[in-house]
Amino acid sequence: MPEQASTFASRVDALYLYLCGLTIFFTLLIVSVLIFFVVKYRKRAPFEIPRPIAGSIKLETLWSVIPFLIAMSIFVWGANLYFTMYRMPKEPASAMEIFVVGKQWMWKVQHSTGQREINELHVPVGSKIKLTMTTEDVIHSFYVPAFRTKADVVPGRYTSIWFEATKPGRYHLFCAEYCGTNHSGMGGWVEVMTQTDFDNWLSGNANQMSPVAAGQQLFTTTLGCATCHNADGTGGRGPALTGLFGKTVQLEGGVTVTADEGYIRESILNPQAQVVAGFQPIMPTFKGQLSEEQILQLIAYIKSLSPGQTSGTQVTTPARSNNPQAGAATPEGQGAKSLDSQRSNPLNSTAPRPPQSGSSNNTAAPNSRGNQNRQ
Amino acid sequence: MDIEKRVSPDLPVEPVESRVNYLNAQYGIKSWLLTRDHKRIALLYLGSVSLFFMLGGIYAMMIRLELLTPQGDLVQSQTYNKLFTHHGVLMVFFFLIPSIPTVLGNFLVPLMIGAKDLAFPRINLLSWYIYTLGGIFTLWAMINGGVDTGWTFYTPFSTTFSNTYVIATGLGIFINGFSSILTGLNFIVTIHTMRAPGMTWFRLPLFIWAHYATSLIMILGTPVIAITILLVALERAAHIGIFDPALGGDPILFQHLFWFYSHPAVYIMILPAMGVVSELIANFSRKNIFGYSFVAFSSIAIAVFGFLVWGHHMFASGQSMYAGMIFSFLSFAVAIPSAIKVFNWTATLYQGSISYDTPMLYGLGFIGLFLIGGMTGLFLAALGLDVHVTDTYFVVAHFHYVMVGGTLMGYLGGLHYWWPKISGRMYPEGWGRFAVLVIFVGFNLTFLPQFVAGYLGMPRRYHAYAPEFQIYNVMSSAGASILGMGLLIPLVYLVWSMRYGRVASANPWHLPGLEWRTASPPPTENFYVTPVVTWEAYEFAPPEEMQVVGKLEPGDAGDNPIEVAP
Repeated sequence: MPEQASTFASRVDALYLYLCGLTIFFTLLIVSVLIFFVVKYRKRAPFEIPRPIAGSIKLETLWSVIPFLIAMSIFVWGANLYFTMYRMPKEPASAMEIFVVGKQWMWKVQHSTGQREINELHVPVGSKIKLTMTTEDVIHSFYVPAFRTKADVVPGRYTSIWFEATKPGRYHLFCAEYCGTNHSGMGGWVEVMTQTDFDNWLSGNANQMSPVAAGQQLFTTTLGCATCHNADGTGGRGPALTGLFGKTVQLEGGVTVTADEGYIRESILNPQAQVVAGFQPIMPTFKGQLSEEQILQLIAYIKSLSPGQTSGTQVTTPARSNNPQAGAATPEGQGAKSLDSQRSNPLNSTAPRPPQSGSSNNTAAPNSRGNQNRQ
Repeated sequence: MDIEKRVSPDLPVEPVESRVNYLNAQYGIKSWLLTRDHKRIALLYLGSVSLFFMLGGIYAMMIRLELLTPQGDLVQSQTYNKLFTHHGVLMVFFFLIPSIPTVLGNFLVPLMIGAKDLAFPRINLLSWYIYTLGGIFTLWAMINGGVDTGWTFYTPFSTTFSNTYVIATGLGIFINGFSSILTGLNFIVTIHTMRAPGMTWFRLPLFIWAHYATSLIMILGTPVIAITILLVALERAAHIGIFDPALGGDPILFQHLFWFYSHPAVYIMILPAMGVVSELIANFSRKNIFGYSFVAFSSIAIAVFGFLVWGHHMFASGQSMYAGMIFSFLSFAVAIPSAIKVFNWTATLYQGSISYDTPMLYGLGFIGLFLIGGMTGLFLAALGLDVHVTDTYFVVAHFHYVMVGGTLMGYLGGLHYWWPKISGRMYPEGWGRFAVLVIFVGFNLTFLPQFVAGYLGMPRRYHAYAPEFQIYNVMSSAGASILGMGLLIPLVYLVWSMRYGRVASANPWHLPGLEWRTASPPPTENFYVTPVVTWEAYEFAPPEEMQVVGKLEPGDAGDNPIEVAP
């Protein structure tokens, strides 16, 4: 049994032990009956013709219904646990939100107070932690065995999970979804600390801008969002953003949508896809100009304009776009790089990565690609 | 014995001096490559399937060697990723899916229902050529540089990020899919239209029911994977945004499409093996199967419900929680027909006359391993528990128990059981039993520790791993070398027995099935006269009543169905 370090761990282990018990019971039962029959009814003479037995409806019913009931008990137990793990806790403000961005082959973390980490995650014991995660390239999976939780991190959407650590210590963080060459190296440690240690750690790393502040800087100065949405988010040529998060938005064409992380992301990257009713589709796309972290910072800022709101869903998916220009964009645009380097950002270290799909030389046949990379 | 002589005038008259069978009817490479005889095509498949199995096995051994130590020190990461991808692709698409249907099914479906051949003999040959072409294509891609996406080809890694031969490998699988579809089509038409007089649906051996169910999945499922591969190729080559979000696609869509085929594909692998095991259990305990219609219809139920559970591969992938709930429920539901089979097999043994020949040992081994494989499937179907164990070695161990413990045991059991019919020779029984033991021990030593490593949190497809997992990996690698040795034993003695084995009689096991009522090996037309079935499935009778249909030559070993086995 691996170490139990979250509130889920003992509950997952209990279900696991229940299933182990069932497996051992049924395996032993059937194997011993099997061995008993095989020995007792072994062939005594050639050409024996044992009495044929057609079957028994009673027995068939019995051994269909009983396994079904047992299976249902597992189903209910498992589903209940699943909802506990994947549905965000009810009291929205109590969870501490941390942003996680996966990329080949590292985990980049930013705390709501601004601290950044790579392949490490420091969390206090006994607090609910909410992770909002996305990835710059392929699908990864955030997996902490000691917490018994895991979730795939999917490009183009936000996945949220939460946990509450119960024991200080250092626990494995793995990428569990195969993500390419150095998949097995994409991991690190989750450091669970007492609240005091955590506060010390925070203050020792405090000289960084919080995501909200960074997002505000992007919003007002760097990107000039404030030109249309106003510096305080009260709106203008663009819709007001104050109090927006979590609300239902009326779109052109009569459709409504909930303003969650996915919606805001989509509105930044592909503004023409979901135009708010009563506004002109004049917003330019910011695709290719923002890193995943910067988008998360903008979302954090817009969220901060609506105090007391969190998204209630586990995964938020932006609506599909059929923008033919989309392929030209890369998650890390030029603008993003220069922006980050000004702040000597540790997260900006670029790992080797394969060519993006949008690059012009990528139409080559797979043969030539294979040749380039052969070792 | 004076059995009815060739009554039908259109049957060929064979010379009496030496009995002509399908193996010696014609000689020369052309007589094999252009054959339309389902039995010869089965042997062609036996050769190519065995070749791919050995290649897949070599990749498995290299994986196990690398994993002996926690550091990735034997090969580079990229090479390791190719190793497990090639292992998976070869084993899944070129061994597990075709193995039992194309070798044993091809050989036995016409024999068991009293037909001269499959409904479309030329299509049957065509399917082998397509299979071979697909295989050569895939091997060519692997030799030229290989592919590193895993056999699951998850997007956007496969469409945008991988720099390996994704399209070429995918095309190999795409081509190979058509051979699957054609085989399934052939079986369904044959079973519907070519049963011998008196062979009603409920007199069919359960092997036939299992193949009927398998064929349904092959026909309905395979086109979906074909389309999916095409879409991946389109996105990779032409940047049409289907799966990559950077192009406006949805990566989860790929997983839905992929598992819509690939989960039912698991049933393509296991259902025929269950059919074989039903034959083995009934025949080697000389009993009719307990609850025949329940076992028969459970195959159909598995085939149908198998199409509705694909989402259980995606509980942690970001699909809706409510979808997850429905898929979890249906996955538990599909476990019931499998449980029914296991209970009925066990009950069949009751008051039987059980012999311990090699095929029966494989059958019993199958039940044991399938129990563990099936029960651990419940762990993975349980939503909250799956979150922890998905994408770990727990899953790896589970599906190897089902695929290797299930399909491979069924395949080997069936191959031994029907070997006298296929080759006309007996395999050496002592070696056979010894090999079962070695394979069983090696298999469990390989994959039991992986359950532990998986629950402790070792993710799958890891080239290097945390040192605390080493003990389980060393055990696993040790088991794999025993398993590998065990699998070499039948390879050697089966080949040996084709020439030197004891000559088999028409019915060496003294069984009532139609395939045992013709010579070993059978003549090209299977039966000299069309058999008329007057008995139920697995209806055992005194040997003199279970006669060979048609005329055999006096003094021929196949002429004496009541010869007592030594």
